[in-house]
Order: sequence, then structure tokens, then C-alpha cells
Amino acid sequence: MGMTPEEYGKLVQRASPPSPTGKNLVMAFLVGGGICTLGEGLLLLYQSMGASEQNAPTLVSVTLVGLSVLLTGLGVYDKLAKVAGAGTLVPITGFANAVASPSIEFKSEGLVLGLASKMFLIAGPVLVYGTAASVIYGVLLWLWERL
Amino acid sequence: MALRKGKNTILFENPPSIRAWAAIGSTMEAQGPLGGSFDLIEEDAYFGQDSWEKAESQMQERVVRRALEKAGFSSAQVQGAFAGDLLNQCVSSTYGLRALGIPYVGLFGACSTMAESLLTASVFLEARAMERAVACTSSHFCTAERQFRFPLEYGGQRPPTAQWTATAAGAAVLERGERPPFVRGAVVGTIQDLGISDAANMGAAMAPAAADTLKRFFEDTGMRPQAFDLVVTGDLGQVGFDLLRELMAREGHPLDHCQADCGLMLYDREKQDVHAGASGCGCSASVLCGHLLPLLRQGTLKNLLFVATGALMSPTVVQQGESIAAIAHLVWLSHDRSGEVKSCRY
Repeated sequence: MGMTPEEYGKLVQRASPPSPTGKNLVMAFLVGGGICTLGEGLLLLYQSMGASEQNAPTLVSVTLVGLSVLLTGLGVYDKLAKVAGAGTLVPITGFANAVASPSIEFKSEGLVLGLASKMFLIAGPVLVYGTAASVIYGVLLWLWERL
Repeated sequence: MALRKGKNTILFENPPSIRAWAAIGSTMEAQGPLGGSFDLIEEDAYFGQDSWEKAESQMQERVVRRALEKAGFSSAQVQGAFAGDLLNQCVSSTYGLRALGIPYVGLFGACSTMAESLLTASVFLEARAMERAVACTSSHFCTAERQFRFPLEYGGQRPPTAQWTATAAGAAVLERGERPPFVRGAVVGTIQDLGISDAANMGAAMAPAAADTLKRFFEDTGMRPQAFDLVVTGDLGQVGFDLLRELMAREGHPLDHCQADCGLMLYDREKQDVHAGASGCGCSASVLCGHLLPLLRQGTLKNLLFVATGALMSPTVVQQGESIAAIAHLVWLSHDRSGEVKSCRY
């Protein structure tokens, strides 16, 4: 073909419809906000049931993760995410979905080589860089306090 | 003998005949506009198996058995099976055809496999190396997702340029015979890469390959696109379809209203959530074997160029920053064994 990759890239850009950003933003805001509101509601509920200030947020996280894994297993979470986008990806429920979905998917290769080894296929980078970032932050905080 | 015309086009002196064919699909394919043209529909995406890979193999076995049954042949009467699929090491074909005992030539051409297998089988038949052969390929949405993209239950959004891998397979039984349609000619594709690296825009990556193969065919034969009832590509989807139209017009071979794409025929894009259209080896294979070959036998379609397109990358090389290399193989299918082609009827 007598065309450079640059010329073709421009043609492709013109031919490719963009993602509906406006709609995606609104849906992400509504669903993501909904999940956070649910979390806030759960926090108040657990506190009213006598959970300590330290334990209540942990209970909220555990509840949201459990709910997300359940919805992933029932095949509901991916359908919600198709509409909600970042609204279901960013909250802790998205992280739970990213761990649960490969666990279900790769169960066919066995509990060890499939489920367990592929469990962190998607969430692995978050754990690695999240942990690394928290170590760096800790070191910086330790240095700051000594200045 | 197969003759070479021009630089790359192969023309068959004794065009192999496609004696019978079969197409198999699942729920989504049954709900599409071509749902009625499938020989077999299995609502259970697992096809009665316990893994997606076994499901896809099962699909190939069933579709080949059905095509042989329609042809009236036992597997022992066939000297070659030319098959491939999208999975690593083409396991759907290997394990699908394992029980049949037919001499097997495994092919990898990604989604171009249906044209590649027809082309290769035709050359073997023309060379009198075989009397009968089967060409077959498949794809399964769930095997493709787990190998190339994300787990099924993972919550992600697809861009509008993404395509939906068909859960479908097609098989054609070729022989040195007299029943239409015939494989009149073929062009082996070259590897084309115009730098597209977005794995969610395969149509854009593959359109230059289709354009290059078509251009070589028209230049070698001196024929015009309008001489064919249809110039049908494999799975370019809407984005690739529009790009091919533009590329061919620039090359001086406008496709006009002869142009069609199996990726735009298999599903109803208004009602089914498939974004830019269908993709996968099984898309072009099932549209050809379910819908187009019967029309060619009846003579409703007289001449057709079947240009199946394939993206030849793996997730590994794309992650390493490589762009998507693509290929398109062309097969000229005709109702008539010989003679000139007539004008475009659509």
C-alpha cells in the first residue's frame, strides 16, 4: 500500500467513533457515587450497632468486597460495569471483581495452576505498586518527622 | 493445473467443487439476521463440555461431521482436513478433529483461516494430490476472551471500535467434482502492518491487508470489482469496512455497492451489543458456509470474492509494543466452472 503509517493513522482516527465520554462520565459518577453512598450507609449502620471507630470502616470494606464477589459470581457485576465503567472499577468493589473474575475463569486449569496462580492476573500490579508506593510514602514520612 | 496469472493470482484450470458445507453457532448467532441459515445451533455455550476449549473443539467436530454427512462421505473417504483456529497451537482444530482420523494440515491465519483453508485445500485438489478435502475453522467468544482479553466476569468497558468474537464454526467439503460452487482462483495474502497497535480496533489493523490482496487480484486479472456480485471481507466490522472502502477508492478500484463484510452480516448491530460488528474465524466461516455458499449453489450469486482477514498478533508481542500485523487471503468462488464473470447485481 502506498501509504505511510502516519497517513493511515489519521484515516483511522477519522473512521473510528470515539467512546461516549459524556454518558460514561455521568454513569460513572452515578454508580460510583452510589457505591460510596452505600459504604457510608453501612458505616453508620455498623457504628449504630456498636462497632468501634477503627472496626467500622473495616467491616464496610469487607461487606463491599463480599457483595462484589457475590455479584461477580452471579454474573451481574460485569453487566453493571459495562454501563458504569470507572464507577465500578475505582471503588474497592472493582478490585474485588478483578480478583474474583480470573479465579472463576481459570478454575478450569485446576485449583493450584489455574485458580490460585491466575487470581492476581489483573489485580497483581495494584498490589505490587500499591505496596511499593506505601513503603516509599512511609520512608518519606519518617524522614519528614525527623527534619 | 493451477496457473499463475500476473504476479500473485492463482487460477484453477479444473476448479475444485464445494460439494457440501455446514455452519454451527450458538445463541447470539441464532438471534442474528442469519440465524436461520445455520445447520446446527447449540444454546449451551459449553456445547455439553466442561471447558471453553473443549466446547470449541466440540463445535469443530460437530460441524465437520455434519458437512461430511451432507456430502455423503465417511471420514475415511476424505484425504485431507485443512483447519485452524485462534487458540494457541490451534488446539480447537487438533482436538476437534482428533476422533475423525482424517490426514490433518493445521493452519494458522487467525480470522483469515477459512479463506486460507479453502485456498490450500484447492491447490492440493488441483494438483491431484487429493480427491476430497475438508476446510474448516472455528472461534468461540469465551476462549478468545480468556486468551486475548479479560476473564468473562471482569467488569470492563469496550470501546465502540471493538468487535464481538463469534461463537461459530464452518466447514466445507471440497472435491474434484461437478457441483457448483467452484473455487476458480485465489490470492495468498502478504503480511501488512500500518502501525495500528490498538487491539480493540482490529478492523483498522486488517483493512490494509484486505486492500492489498484485492488490489493485487484486480491488477493481476484485469477484472473490476463491479464484475462480482459481492466482494465480501471476513470480519472488518464497521471501522474496517469504511477504511477498506476509502483505501480501495484511493487505489483506483472503488468497491461501490459490491462491498460486504461478514462481520456486519452475522449480528444485528442495532439490537445486539456487538459494537463495530462480529469477528473471529467462525464469523466469516459461518457466514460463508451458512449463507453465501447456498446462494452460490442456487446461482442467486454467480461470482464472489471471499477475502477473509486475520490479525496475526499475540497478546505477548502487543504488550512488548509491537503493532498488529495482518493478512488477508482471497478466494474467488463462482457458480460457473469457467467463463467470464458478469456484472454486479446488488
